Amino acid sequence: MNMVNLTINNVKVSVKEDTSILQAAKQYSMNIPTLCYYEDLNIKSDCRVCVVEIDGKKGLTSACSTPVREGMVVNTNSPRVLNARKTIVELILSNHDTNCTTCVKNMKCELQSLARNLGIDENRFPSVFEKCDIDDNNPAIVRNPNLCIKCGRCVDVCNNVQGTSVLAILGRGHETRVSAVFDEDLNDDFCTFCGQCASVCPVGAITEKDDTDLVWHALTDPKKHVIVQVAPAVRVSLGEEVNQAIGTIVTGKMVTAMKILGFDQVFDTDFTADLTIIEEGNELIQRVTNGGILPMMTSCCPGWISYAEQRYPDILDHISSCKSPQQMFGALAKSYYPQKAGLDPKDVFVVSVMPCTAKKYEAKREEMSVDENSPDIDVVLTTRELGKMIKQMGINFENLKETPFDSPFGITTGAAAIFGATGGVMEAAIRTVYEVVNKKPLESLDFKELRGLEGIKEAEVNLGGSMVKVAVAHTLSMAKVLCDQVREGTSPYAFIEIMTCPGGCIGGGGQPYGTTNKVRQERIDSTYRLDASMTLRKSHENPEVIALYKDFLKEPLGELSHHLLHTHYSDRKNK
Amino acid sequence: MKEMKLVSKRFGKINPLSIDEYINFDGYKNLKKALKMEKTSIIEEVEKAYLRGRGGAGFPTAIKMMGLAKETNKEKFIICNADEGEPGNFKDRYLMENDPHQVLEGMLIVAYATGATKGYIYVRGEYQKSISLLKWSIDEAKKNGYLGKNILGSKFNFDIEVRSGAGSYVCGEEFALIESLEGKPGRTRVKPPFPTSVGLHNKPTLINNVETFSTIPSLIEMGGLEFAKIGTPSSTGTKLISLSGNVKHKGVFEIPYGVPIRDVIYKLGGGIEKDRKIKMVQLGGACGPIIPDYMLDMIIDYERFEEFESKTGAGAIIVMDERFDLFDILLKVVRFFQHESCGKCTPCREGHIQLANLIIKFIERKATVKDIISLESLARVIHQASLCGLGQTSPTAIISSLRYFRDDYIDRIEHPQKG
Repeated sequence: MNMVNLTINNVKVSVKEDTSILQAAKQYSMNIPTLCYYEDLNIKSDCRVCVVEIDGKKGLTSACSTPVREGMVVNTNSPRVLNARKTIVELILSNHDTNCTTCVKNMKCELQSLARNLGIDENRFPSVFEKCDIDDNNPAIVRNPNLCIKCGRCVDVCNNVQGTSVLAILGRGHETRVSAVFDEDLNDDFCTFCGQCASVCPVGAITEKDDTDLVWHALTDPKKHVIVQVAPAVRVSLGEEVNQAIGTIVTGKMVTAMKILGFDQVFDTDFTADLTIIEEGNELIQRVTNGGILPMMTSCCPGWISYAEQRYPDILDHISSCKSPQQMFGALAKSYYPQKAGLDPKDVFVVSVMPCTAKKYEAKREEMSVDENSPDIDVVLTTRELGKMIKQMGINFENLKETPFDSPFGITTGAAAIFGATGGVMEAAIRTVYEVVNKKPLESLDFKELRGLEGIKEAEVNLGGSMVKVAVAHTLSMAKVLCDQVREGTSPYAFIEIMTCPGGCIGGGGQPYGTTNKVRQERIDSTYRLDASMTLRKSHENPEVIALYKDFLKEPLGELSHHLLHTHYSDRKNK
Repeated sequence: MKEMKLVSKRFGKINPLSIDEYINFDGYKNLKKALKMEKTSIIEEVEKAYLRGRGGAGFPTAIKMMGLAKETNKEKFIICNADEGEPGNFKDRYLMENDPHQVLEGMLIVAYATGATKGYIYVRGEYQKSISLLKWSIDEAKKNGYLGKNILGSKFNFDIEVRSGAGSYVCGEEFALIESLEGKPGRTRVKPPFPTSVGLHNKPTLINNVETFSTIPSLIEMGGLEFAKIGTPSSTGTKLISLSGNVKHKGVFEIPYGVPIRDVIYKLGGGIEKDRKIKMVQLGGACGPIIPDYMLDMIIDYERFEEFESKTGAGAIIVMDERFDLFDILLKVVRFFQHESCGKCTPCREGHIQLANLIIKFIERKATVKDIISLESLARVIHQASLCGLGQTSPTAIISSLRYFRDDYIDRIEHPQKG
């Protein structure tokens, strides 16, 4: 690739051609402020905060969208540039609810830091902000248009990464607003609640529904026995919420922190991930041997389930009937667990900590209730909300001792640990299905072709003498490709894993802010490090799972399993 | 002083519904000539003529043509921008209503020279008469072998379709227009890439104004060098001027570049109604500069217009006499852009309402010296930092008024009680 020589702020720089001015400056340690720009997303050039001066050009140019040219002379900080940048941020603030201390994104807001870095201590422009209604009529996502700065990141993610086009920019001129299509409130007819919009929002305009108060309330209620489960992807990301390096594995400290918060028992969703593999693996074997409907598709991701119900109701019978690990846990927590612990199920309050906003919605689905009155999972918190509670409690996370998870949902395997990464469920399933069908141990447990951030990955496995093709997709736009094949009857696969969020759950909509592909990869690497470090790496070898079947469930796909661990889906397109 | 009728030569002389009358008045003659020429030499003639876009920005037409010609895609598009939304402009409507075939002939010549495969005319939704006339004319041209397959027995195939918007000013901006043609809301795109490489449906696309296309047949007839003799060195050929406001004769006039504005107003427009004094003249349209009477001897020319830090060559002259107040006009202009901004970029979306607030302070005589500074600073930021031509040109009226009507501003500050 050819190199291009140019001057930025009197520094002679040399970068690859097609590099933007923004990236070129960054490579030489000069960071140009941005707002609508987000790594891995499309260049929008909307906010105009990154404008720079180029010698010979009358106007100012946005650094994010302009490629470097040989001999270009760029000034990123001239008085003209600084004035324009300041004016632009003042204009944004003049149409923004600037009551920062009451904002959920206070201290985490990109607009706030930008204003501080630019030294805006007074806005020359009077406020033209008019308060409008907040959209919080769903269990997962809150849209507060009063904070929206129309940067377009959420719309970009929704349209181009997920291909769902739920969010759109409506109106024009000063009336421009980001809204769900036709100005409707977000609802489960068309939104999957994946929360990717919330994870890229630079301000507090789209966030998860904050349920921490409900948890604090339960924790202080002496009558409640409050238990918590933590999803596989949380242990590799929670660290970011409490000032640890990206990808730090914080399992033991996280358990300690939750004990301090007051949870009576701290359990591991990895346990029900192992259980999912047993149930789902057996379902696959049954479908393959009995000529059932293939390909079978995974069912652990609630965003994907909503997407299928909304847009592919004709292929719902391809989806495994297994509940997700969260809901398998919930069902056991309100049946098996109280029985074993000698508690009244009504007194057991179940909290989940998930990397996901759609899990909040999943927990509220009416079929997710063992007693058919109250939900199995009482509250779902995101990784961010757990981080918030740890801070509220004033816990010095770094110095915490490590504590193991509690029993009976505490022993887990490497197969469950990798559920959090795209391809992980598939890899975990193959480890079990291969050994059950072929009745011999796998030579290598690592399916490298199923790992990493490639949109669609595939592999071949020998099952009982015949080669079977499997595929993995993450993001809904990639899921669409595989779903269309299934719909048209051209899918060459026997088993398909689908995760809604880029990178899988480690990139979920409830994960710490600032998730980019680089961050996703670090969390994925930690996930596979965890797997490699574990003594048990196959779900069917989990002794607690084996004991659960022996004591309670009896057999995979048995009557009790069917009642507690399996579910059904409904057509939400033609309802 | 008289008009120089090149592009408007058939106005009123032919029945625009009749292709025969067009053909009998030199119509499609230049298409026939072009079809016998080398494609590259057609572009060379346009280059020699130094034809610049008549839509406002004044970009050299030959460069766009070369850009499209060098693209090797199977599909390449030509779009005629007939979304004449700039207040005070109506010359494109005259062209479409009086001589629709001339537009088609211009598009055909450009399409042939550049290898374009399909043409669109994007007509302002309000121009219903233009739309039906163009559709009628396209049908007539097809019946007579000027459009469709093997045009006039050559290997050249080309078709033109009429489309219209839903009444948004910004759709005159080339990328907003393309988005609109694709069925999306009219909002601009990030440049680069430019339309000639990635345009409509991500295919190479050339966009020109109605008047630019309408000029092509005469240019081919005269040859580039002869054409370039008309006008001034920086601005060749003729220009249609939309003259409106408080003049005796409003309308469209064709002049060679280089004519003083005053001559257009007094000699072609017959001067001011009831011989009142001129307070101000806005050039180009709402996005153009506002100048006082003493500057009217300035000639109409791209170079001179660029002195206003804005490219305003669409050719409107809006005359306002002494009864009009500068700040009332400025507020109207700003409110217009506040409404018409697509809302994509910050300075344009959030800036106009603040400009309006500042202008209101002057109207209410509540402004201070600080407000002049704020107004000037904000207008310049919108002008310099906006993403597309709308925001880049919308503050021109304010910026020019701060230069030429400074006394009006000072008066409002110094006499807070007056009025």
